[in-house]
Amino acid sequence: MALDPQVMDQLVEAVRRFVEERLIPREREVAEADLVPDELIAEMKALGLFGLSIPEEYGGLGLDLAEEVRVVQELGRTSPAFRSVFGTNVGIGSQGILIDGTEEQKRAYLPRLASGELIGSFALTEPEAGSDAASVRTRAEKDGNTHYRITGTKRFITNAPRAGVFTLMARTGSQEDGARGITAFLVDADIPGITLGKPDRKMGQQGAHTCDVNLDNVRVPAEAIIGGREGQGFKTAMKVLDRGRLHLSAVAVGAARRLIDESLAYAMDRKQFGQRIADFQLIQAMLADSETEWLAGKSLIEAAARDYDAGTDVARRAACAKLFCTEMVGRVADRAVQIHGGAGYVADFPVERFYRDVRLFRLYEGTSQIQQLVIARSMIREAEREG
Amino acid sequence: MKILVPVKRVVDYNVKIRVKADGTGVETQNVKMSMNPFDEIAVEQAIRLKEAGLAEEIIAVSLGVTQSQETIRTALAMGADRGILVETDEALEPLGVAKCLQKIAEKEGPGLILMGKQAIDDDANQTPQMLSALLGWAQATYVSKLEIADGKAKVKREIDGGLENLEIALPAVLSVDLRLNEPRYASLPNIMKAKKKPIDTMSPADLGVDVSPRLVTLKVTEPPKRAGGVKVESVAELVDKLRNEAKVI
Ligand SMILES: Cc1cc2nc3c(=O)[nH]c(=O)nc-3n(C[C@H](O)[C@H](O)[C@H](O)COP(=O)(O)OP(=O)(O)OC[C@H]3O[C@@H](n4cnc5c(N)ncnc54)[C@H](O)[C@@H]3O)c2cc1C
Ligand SMILES: Cc1cc2nc3c(=O)[nH]c(=O)nc-3n(C[C@H](O)[C@H](O)[C@H](O)COP(=O)(O)OP(=O)(O)OC[C@H]3O[C@@H](n4cnc5c(N)ncnc54)[C@H](O)[C@@H]3O)c2cc1C
Repeated sequence: MALDPQVMDQLVEAVRRFVEERLIPREREVAEADLVPDELIAEMKALGLFGLSIPEEYGGLGLDLAEEVRVVQELGRTSPAFRSVFGTNVGIGSQGILIDGTEEQKRAYLPRLASGELIGSFALTEPEAGSDAASVRTRAEKDGNTHYRITGTKRFITNAPRAGVFTLMARTGSQEDGARGITAFLVDADIPGITLGKPDRKMGQQGAHTCDVNLDNVRVPAEAIIGGREGQGFKTAMKVLDRGRLHLSAVAVGAARRLIDESLAYAMDRKQFGQRIADFQLIQAMLADSETEWLAGKSLIEAAARDYDAGTDVARRAACAKLFCTEMVGRVADRAVQIHGGAGYVADFPVERFYRDVRLFRLYEGTSQIQQLVIARSMIREAEREG
Repeated sequence: MKILVPVKRVVDYNVKIRVKADGTGVETQNVKMSMNPFDEIAVEQAIRLKEAGLAEEIIAVSLGVTQSQETIRTALAMGADRGILVETDEALEPLGVAKCLQKIAEKEGPGLILMGKQAIDDDANQTPQMLSALLGWAQATYVSKLEIADGKAKVKREIDGGLENLEIALPAVLSVDLRLNEPRYASLPNIMKAKKKPIDTMSPADLGVDVSPRLVTLKVTEPPKRAGGVKVESVAELVDKLRNEAKVI
């Protein structure tokens, strides 16, 4: 929904202030404790962050994608672990229901996801199905006419330890059916047969948790199928990830902004050879390259989001954005550490933590290589069509 | 009871203030503006009184340029019910503001006017006192604790050397201090809903007030740069310098 520009500015300003005053000061504590404190989660709920993308009729804010990427860039300026708390509710944990769910499913889940009362997770990846997502092995067998029994293992599932509902991809057809044999289920976390693995010990983003989700004969009703039809699950998952690519790109662009701000401030303060290191042209080159790449990423996502809202198919551009923005923030983080010299390698400065945090963006929701495949295949398909 | 809360648009507290090159004032072009932080505390207190069932309506008033509307919107997003904008491009002084507020108070009949103890731009600390005199109402300044009961306000005031407890009759003008509360963040849904709350716009002339300046600013300058300190070798030297150079002990 296109908001009045003045209201939108106020919204962005409110988020910026929350990030500056409440989240940035707690980053280090959260990383060290590997935990986002409950009182901060309560503040995020009160602010309305869990409902950014969920329509107003289901209790959310109903931001369109152009608005969402503006807000998300602000949130990107602090530790990604904070965004992760509500990130799955805004993105992969709610969008499947919103895009392909039945009206009953929307009413049953979206209001509680929008308020943060319920945490939604997205469970696609498995030990043997990562980039090759169409090869999921988790099976859903018919149990009479009204139920299914699901068995399998899901890996690296963000927010699984706190999740109340999983958007879970399982195979209802045969392995040979590939993508067409996959069905998306809404699986409540408290159903008997679900157990969680130990939280993974990650390189970065401490405070955000992933773990295995094991399903052993988990009995779910047929109404748990998103949209009510078997075999649509892979399509649903891909639609969810499509929109998610621009969201994640916006997180990366926000993180790049923070890294550049930290670098500039450090370079203007640090003196060597009797002057500010910011006055050395080799430092200026790094600052200028990072600023330019940040601006390119920002322009890319903002334009693509506007076109998405206008109904244009932006699938290829979303993949381009995910590829460029997540690789870009990696380069910006590397320069940020370099500009900080030895200080950039020790944990007293945020850039050391961000350097590890942003590494994930190139891996999940489609690795950079998978984005390259998506982009190139779409180019080739188009050329063949026009050929 | 209605509560009137005047809110001022000022240069944001995070902005480094720069004096204009010609010395006529401070730079406000392309500078981030926001609600005076003490006024935020006043808005918060009004909302808490309303939530406690002690007030029915909160009216946020701002005086100044068109963009002061944004400051009112912030108050509405926090929880005020409606706004009044007294729009003028005139450089406002405390007396002009107090006179406009007097007219609005006489029309609206609030039981309480809650205001920041001062604005962080000109630090005048005059408007609440002038307003209470113009209205002939009781006043309490620098309020750090407030209880309302039986048509009276019990307040704690922060004064030099301690706290003063007062009980005053309503209606009254209170100016609030930093420690009264911690203002809430306007939630995102409430920011969106605030757009639908009404704001009345009028001019000082509509209120029959002449706000033309009574004061002339001669010159605005930067404060002198702080000179660097010195390191002392021993406690004895420190005491000696404090006694004989700084002459403070
Ligand atoms: C912290 C974290 C959180 C996660 N959260 C979730 C979640 O909430 N839900 C969820 O479902 N998943 C989640 N994932 C899983 C994530 O999406 C996968 O890790 C990712 O898709 C890559 O799969 P993989 O790890 O199996 O790597 P692989 O697929 O084994 O890839 C290994 C390497 O091979 C490359 N590669 C693979 N196939 C090709 C090809 N055809 N051509 C060229 N190169 C190729 C890849 O690019 C990569 O470089 C998360 C992962 C992490 C680390
Ligand atoms: C883990 C670790 C172990 C270490 N071990 C030791 C040790 O055992 N012994 C020891 O003596 N030191 C040690 N060091 C210090 C290390 O050698 C310094 O950190 C390094 O020389 C960089 O200096 P600096 O950190 O002060 O960065 P700075 O000199 O402040 O550099 C900051 C940035 O400015 C750039 N820069 C500086 N001057 C110029 C210029 N003229 N033109 C262009 N760019 C410039 C730098 O390249 C860098 O990008 C260690 C550091 C770390 C992090």
